[in-house]
Amino acid sequence: MSALLEARDVHVAYGRVEAVRGVSLSLPAGQIVTVIGPNGAGKTTLLAALAGLLPSRGQVIYDGRDLAGTDVEDRVEAGLCLVPESRELFADMSVEDNLLLGGWRMRRDKAAIASGFAEVYERFPRLAERRRQLAGTLSGGERQMLALGRALMGKPRLLMLDEPSLGLAPLIVREIFHTIADLRGTGVSILLVEQNARAALESADYGYVLETGEITLSGPADELLHDPRVAATYLGGHT
Amino acid sequence: MLLAQDGIATGAIYALVALGIVLVFLVTRVIFVPFGDLVAYASLSLAALEENRRPGLIWLVLLLAGLAFLTEALTLLRAGHARLLPRAVLLYLLLPALPCAVAYVITPMDVPDLLRIVVTLALVLPTAPLLYRIAFRPIADAPVLVLLIVAVVVHFAMTGIALLCFGPEGARPRPLTGAIFEIGDIIVSGQTLLMLGAAVAASIGLLVFFARTLTGRALRATAINRVGARIVGIRPGEAGTTAFLLAALLAGLSGLLIGPVTTLVYDSGFVIGLKSFVGAIIGGLVSYPGAALGAVAIGLLESFTAFYDSAFKEVVVFAGLVPVLIIRSLLQGQAVEDAEEEL
Ligand SMILES: Nc1ncnc2c1ncn2[C@@H]1O[C@H](COP(=O)(O)OP(=O)(O)OP(=O)(O)O)[C@@H](O)[C@H]1O
Ligand SMILES: [Mg+2]
Repeated sequence: MSALLEARDVHVAYGRVEAVRGVSLSLPAGQIVTVIGPNGAGKTTLLAALAGLLPSRGQVIYDGRDLAGTDVEDRVEAGLCLVPESRELFADMSVEDNLLLGGWRMRRDKAAIASGFAEVYERFPRLAERRRQLAGTLSGGERQMLALGRALMGKPRLLMLDEPSLGLAPLIVREIFHTIADLRGTGVSILLVEQNARAALESADYGYVLETGEITLSGPADELLHDPRVAATYLGGHT
Repeated sequence: MLLAQDGIATGAIYALVALGIVLVFLVTRVIFVPFGDLVAYASLSLAALEENRRPGLIWLVLLLAGLAFLTEALTLLRAGHARLLPRAVLLYLLLPALPCAVAYVITPMDVPDLLRIVVTLALVLPTAPLLYRIAFRPIADAPVLVLLIVAVVVHFAMTGIALLCFGPEGARPRPLTGAIFEIGDIIVSGQTLLMLGAAVAASIGLLVFFARTLTGRALRATAINRVGARIVGIRPGEAGTTAFLLAALLAGLSGLLIGPVTTLVYDSGFVIGLKSFVGAIIGGLVSYPGAALGAVAIGLLESFTAFYDSAFKEVVVFAGLVPVLIIRSLLQGQAVEDAEEEL
């Protein structure tokens, strides 16, 4: 099987409370897989565990390798990058410095850093205009762009995005999803967590529905889009 | 005028130490209490080398290296990373042992002063990173207060070991320069100028390091947002080691510069560290220029009170902290709380 990432029966707990309970999912190389679900379902928790930020039980296989005992930094080194819901930008540093540090994994490859800057500034001209501005003074939308741009500087093989459209105006949401589809075209695999279920399913190949820590439904994205149970709960009734 | 000169020179040294304190605090959240001790160790070691005695710092560094290696080896074995052991041997045993070996060999020899100075610096350098590995990295995510308590414990442990290694006598290395300059009708000693120059150079060096180099930016990033640093692949542990290494360099420099001016004994570094810390606090503990200015202010205050009554010198300096803290907390209680929230 050519899955780039595979999670098998993953459990994540905060103290004694399990927030993720036996989740299994698979992400074939080069595809977009989305995880949708209501608030508090455990989506953020799941991504944090896959990134190595939270300890988990069960098995996570990345690129044929069991990630048990591999820390966040080593996962990043292997091209498994997370854009967390909380963004975690370097607020007191300039946009440019944030991007530069995003390329930490490529730090020995000057050409990769240069092409990374060119690519990010082309995707997000707004960031180029504000390259000297402190990240903490950016608007919400610009911050999302910077978080995404910072992750792209590391030339990830698998990008895990936690609600990239959170709190954005419709026009920018479209822009972000456009970027996500575009990235898929360049060979980046994407694990996408979203509240905006319609947009997520429209751009994804495969989808999972996570509810109170368990996968309740999964299937090809266009099937899920037309599944009445998904439509009723996540797509705001019919259409 | 002479008093001001004296005060600024001492203040410059406090400033160097204060910069180190702020640097270590920002990157690792550790208030590194034993930091001043390193200043004294540097001075004592240089004096020992000049008198062809083996500096006790050799044994101290070897001891720390052994402990740090054990800590690292245990961590690696427990995580099942036995293949990384050779790297640990290199980093935690061989590298720190190198300056020890050189110091051991050159002790009885008649070598140039510059070599002695370099070897002294090289001996001081590993101390702080090794202490970090032993005492602070295993509890890197603990609250600031716990880290502070551990730092105090480390200080007392170090003081005990230092007494064994250095003995109770004080020592004073030769001045780095005997030159005297006359500018108008002011007489300035070369040593004073050197102290000032070193402080200014170190400040500028730090500024350039943080603004221009990738490692410097990575250190700042770690200080600003640890999780953010981790998700781009920067290891806070390595950033911490770098911060401690830089701080040790600053402490070593301070020791070399202040040594010829004041006789230091094995435990007199503590007061230097404390005064620098007060300077850093005046500057807010999170600002490099603030810390440097605060430290210079302490140096001046101390020199003027010492002139009127030297018995009161320490009292005034530390009592001065109280109104400063009150004013600071009134002025920006909000900002401080926010900063603590982030920590
Ligand atoms: N640090 C924490 N300590 C304890 N419980 C937590 C912690 N973080 C999250 N939880 C709990 O775990 C559950 C899952 O939270 P999580 O943030 O993963 O949900 P989510 O699916 O990302 O929600 P949202 O769509 O609102 O972002 C929630 O019940 C939450 O209260
Ligand atoms: Mg979430």
